[in-house]
Parts: sequence; structure tokens; C-alpha cells
Amino acid sequence: MAEQQPVSTNGRAGGGDASNGVLEQLSDDQLRWIYLIMRRIRRFEETAEEAFRAAKMRGALHFYIGEEATATGVCAALDDGDFITSTHRGHGHCIAKGARMDKMMAELFGRTTGYCGGKGGSMHIADIELGNLGANGIVGAGIPIATGAALGSKLRKDGKVTIAFFGDGAGPTGAFHEGVNVAATMNLPAVFVCENNQYGMATHADFANAAAIHNRGPAYGIPSASIDGNDLFEVYATAKTAIDRARRGEGPTLIESRTYRHKGHTVLDQKNYRTKEEIAEWVARDPIERFVKAVNESERLDEDDFQAIDGQIEREIEHAVAFAEASPWPTVDVIERDVYVE
Amino acid sequence: MAVSTAQASAPETATREIFMSEALREAIDEEMTRDPTVFVVGEEVGVWGGAYAVTQGLLEKWGPDRIVDTPIAEAAIAGLGIGAALTGSRPIAEFMYSDFMGIAMDQIVNQAAKNRYMFGGKAKLPLTYRAPFGAGTGNAAQHTQSLEAWFAHVPGLKVITASTPYDAKGLLKSAIREDNVVIMFEHKAIYAMRGHVPEGEYLVPIGVADVKREGDDVSVITYARQTHHALEAAEQLAAEGISVEVVDIRSLYPLDTDTILRSVRKTHRAVVLYEAVRFGGFGAEIASQIQELAFDDLDAPVLRVGAAHAPVPFSEPLEQASFPGTAQVVESIRQSLQGVY
Repeated sequence: MAEQQPVSTNGRAGGGDASNGVLEQLSDDQLRWIYLIMRRIRRFEETAEEAFRAAKMRGALHFYIGEEATATGVCAALDDGDFITSTHRGHGHCIAKGARMDKMMAELFGRTTGYCGGKGGSMHIADIELGNLGANGIVGAGIPIATGAALGSKLRKDGKVTIAFFGDGAGPTGAFHEGVNVAATMNLPAVFVCENNQYGMATHADFANAAAIHNRGPAYGIPSASIDGNDLFEVYATAKTAIDRARRGEGPTLIESRTYRHKGHTVLDQKNYRTKEEIAEWVARDPIERFVKAVNESERLDEDDFQAIDGQIEREIEHAVAFAEASPWPTVDVIERDVYVE
Repeated sequence: MAVSTAQASAPETATREIFMSEALREAIDEEMTRDPTVFVVGEEVGVWGGAYAVTQGLLEKWGPDRIVDTPIAEAAIAGLGIGAALTGSRPIAEFMYSDFMGIAMDQIVNQAAKNRYMFGGKAKLPLTYRAPFGAGTGNAAQHTQSLEAWFAHVPGLKVITASTPYDAKGLLKSAIREDNVVIMFEHKAIYAMRGHVPEGEYLVPIGVADVKREGDDVSVITYARQTHHALEAAEQLAAEGISVEVVDIRSLYPLDTDTILRSVRKTHRAVVLYEAVRFGGFGAEIASQIQELAFDDLDAPVLRVGAAHAPVPFSEPLEQASFPGTAQVVESIRQSLQGVY
């Protein structure tokens, strides 16, 4: 049975800078990539919300704004070809795993050029080739699938690691228990990343979960960690430790990444379950601003670097929207296509 | 129950008589030999050898990386199959009883069945679920159901079931080679039935029905264990000069409507026989297809014969009376011929 030591604690030691020494482990290219991904996620979500409010798209959009450091920090520690399962709030995971924003936007617009040809929409974007095994409309359901991917990797000996992203809302589900327990019993190369953004719709995580999710690690005999999910460096370092451990064949880890969604549950939100003060408090801990501040203080990147990336993202966003709007609607003859491999 | 000798699709030469459980084991073993990405996962599939002994001896032969025992966790078992299939393996995931699939319903119905479609056809799930089903074993209401209609109703799943060792082996081999999610329902009461199975390689295609007995007066459309009740009824009625055709659909989805219609157009009468609760069962779909597509060929209304509208009871006389047996099938065929309902 795996040892039960935490892989990271809140009382961190060592490292003189704001990143606790983690920044020094990252190359300039990695820092640029991290900023690019976090800003892409932020701008994609802002743009999607505008398009939704302009009635250019329909359905339900669950925005990842405020949580960017978790998907980005975890995926920064992954290798190409590793796997993830995602959630209904999945745009951030997609982008962090390398998805193209034009194909994502086209999917949100319901067009043929979207990732799923318009058949999936926001909650079902997947890119198997990139290792993204899919967002999911069912809370907790990605966890057993991630366990399955990890079992596949163990049996095929392909050296890959699977991340299961899920929210605090998945904590109470049976899928969580079955998936994590089986992964622990089989010592599978999986990392379970709970994005505790405090609320499942209006239900607070502390109401939904009898005890903090990270406390369950010892119950399954696996390491667990509770981390500041808005601290990119802490997310990266914790994920890296867990991923390396999984890749060495030492089994799964449970990480609870405490973060916050700046936006409502969807575009439609009751706005009656949290205070303006609470939101402002978390907005002040914005993960992107904290990352930029730390990098600036380190003098590793300069203003030109950030501006160049911002400019690139604006061009990408502009292209994504234009691409989506110009793309054709699916024709109705495809309704019964893609149900089976013919 | 009586052992049927009907083997319409099996060749006459170079065969042996083996149990259905052995035939299934051969299918798994041969496909594991053929394709190193095939593996078995489920509760008690390894050390125990499968609750119905289908995987007996396979752990010893293939080891724990190919025959994977799990804790009691049906949702996880279903998900293990999905995740492994999406990433390059070809899993055979076993539910110890199909009744337990309720626990895994989200993984089967919302995940496995829909992934390919939701992802715009860019995923494939070469995944076989195996599940024992059916009554007559004295295991009461939570271990004896026939829930196949639930799954046949869900686009993205294929649903098959066999009445003979020959069909069982050939169908399961086809299922394992499919790049789709196939659920194979295996009737518990016929695991120990012997039947002819040829030496060597063969497949039974999914989506093709089999006429197990030819006849002229009435068609019984059925599947799995009830096929044998139909064959026994046909034998009894033959003594009275009544000629019964027995069609074993073998595949619920895709359904071989052509073979069903060909039979009904010949006999002009149809009895749809199944072991699930009659109301809302898969037989309703078959009956509906017949009346929609062969209405003018019918000399009598299509008759459905299924189980009582009750959970399967434990006590033997109750259980045996709760689902169709040969006597009831004989009676139903007479009703169809007389047009009296």
C-alpha cells in the first residue's frame, strides 16, 4: 500500500521568492507558455460570454475565469501524450492541453468546423489525439474514465499519466469513490485534481462534503495535498511531484486545489448565494495577476514578452470568432452519423 | 431444462460438444491470443474464475495484467473499460450480474454510448461488456432480471445475446473485434448447455438473425434461452401437424428486421417471445416493426409473450410461472393460430 505522506503542505519551506523557488525551475519558454495559456483561457471565456450575451450561441457555458492556474499548472507538468478527463467547466482544461481556440469557438457556435462537428458543444469537447478524453456533462463521471485510462497505460506500459480534473461538486458522488478507490487498489498512474471553486451551483463545498476532500487521501492510502489553486507555482510543483510519482509506478495522488470561479455557475446565475465582498476578495487573488507579479519581480520576462503574447492572443481570438461565425452549420443528414464506427 | 439439439448455423463436421461457458471462454482466449490489447476486467474474473466460470483458468494462463480482478465497483468497472478503450486497449469488462449494471448506468449510457457521437466521431471505443441475465436460477429479484431493452434503447450501444454455444462463441469474438461498445447478455440458465462448436476459427456476425427451425404455420421470434422453449414447443406441435418457424434474433441492436419479416411473410403469424417483463419489453419493438412493415401479410395480430409484471419471485413454483415456459409458448402459438386472444 502506498505511503500516506502529503506531497505538499501549506507551510512551505525554502525558496526566497514569491514562488517558493519554483519559478527558478521553470525555463523562460515555460513561463511564456504558462502566461499564454492562462491568458488564452481568460480571453476565450470573456469572448465566449460576449458571444453568448449577443445571442450568437446557445446552451450552457460554464466559465473557468479565476481558476486558470489549476489547469495550466497541472498541464505544464504533463508530457505530450498524457491524458486528462475534464468537466462541464472544461474550456480551461482543453486550452491547457493544447486545444485550438478556433475549433473550440466553432464548437460553441454549433458549427461543422468545431471539435465535435457541432454535436457536442461546450460540455463535450474532446481531442483524443491531444490526450484530452473529454469534457463531461455529468459531475464526477470523468473520474472512473480517468482510472480506466490509467489502467490502460499500466497494462500497455506506455508510460503515460492520466489527470482527472473534477470539482468540489464531484466530491459527494459515488463515481469519485469508485474511481479513486480502484486506482489506489491497483496502484494506477493517475492524479486526481479536485478544483474546489467553493460552489456547485449555489451549494457550498463545505456543505456538500462532510470533510475536506483532500482529507480523503489517507482513507485511500494515497498521498494528498491541499493547495492554493490560485498560485500557479504551487499548483505546478504539487502536480509535478504527483505526476512524477505516478509515472514511476508509485500510484495515484489526490490534490485539492482551492480556487474560485469569478463568474456565476453559467451565464445564468441566481447571484444570491455569495456576497460581493467574497467575490472581490477572490478577484484580488487573481491567479494571472499573481503570476505576472512574481515573474516581474524575478525579472525573468519583461513587459515586451507579455505584450507580445497578449497581441498574439488577440489575433487568435479575433480569428477564432471570425472562423466560427463564417463556418457552416451542420446539415441535418448527419444526425444519425457518428453513433457507431461503421 | 431440456437441451436443444438445434444448430441451424453450425457445420456438421469437425465439431465438438462443449458448454456455453466454455465456448465463451474460447472466444475470449482466442481473441486475447490474436490481439495483445484485449484484456478482461471485472469482479472475480481472475482467482475465482468468473461467477459463472467463464474466465476459469485464464488468470493462470494470461496473468494479472490481462485478467484484472476489481473490487466491487460497477461504475468503476464500466469506466475502466471506457478509459482503457479510448486510449488504445480493447477491454472486455464483465458485470457479475446484469442487474448490477444499474450502478454503472451513467458510465454505460451517458459515457460509453455517447462519447463517439458527442466527440463528433473522433473517438472509438472498442469495448465489450458481458453480463449474465435471466431467471430460473432461484436467485430472486436482484439477480435474475432481463433488462436488455434498457440498453437496446440507447443509441451508441450494440446489444447481442446467444442461445447456443456456437452462437455465443462466434458473437463474442465479433463483439471483441468491434470498434463499438457491445453489450453481450448471457443467459445464466444455459451456461451449462452443451452444443456443437467447430474446431478452429469462425465468427457469427452481429446484426444477423438465425432461423433455428423452419416452419410454415407460425413464426416465433425470440432470443437467448427462450429460443429453446420455442424449439421445444415447435417439436410438440409438430406431432399435431403444426409447423412452427423459430427465429433467434441474436442481436437486438442492430436488429435483423429482414429475416423477421421474411419469416412472417411466409407464415403470416407471429409470436414474439421474450423473458423480460412483457410490458415495455424488447418484444414490443419487434411486434411494432412487424405490424408496420408486414401488416397486410398478417392473418392474426402479433402476439407478445413475456414475463409477469412483477419482480422475479424467489419460491420455485412462483419463479417458474413468472416467465414463459414451453407450455405457455405452446398455448400462445395455439392462440395465434386460432386468432383467439
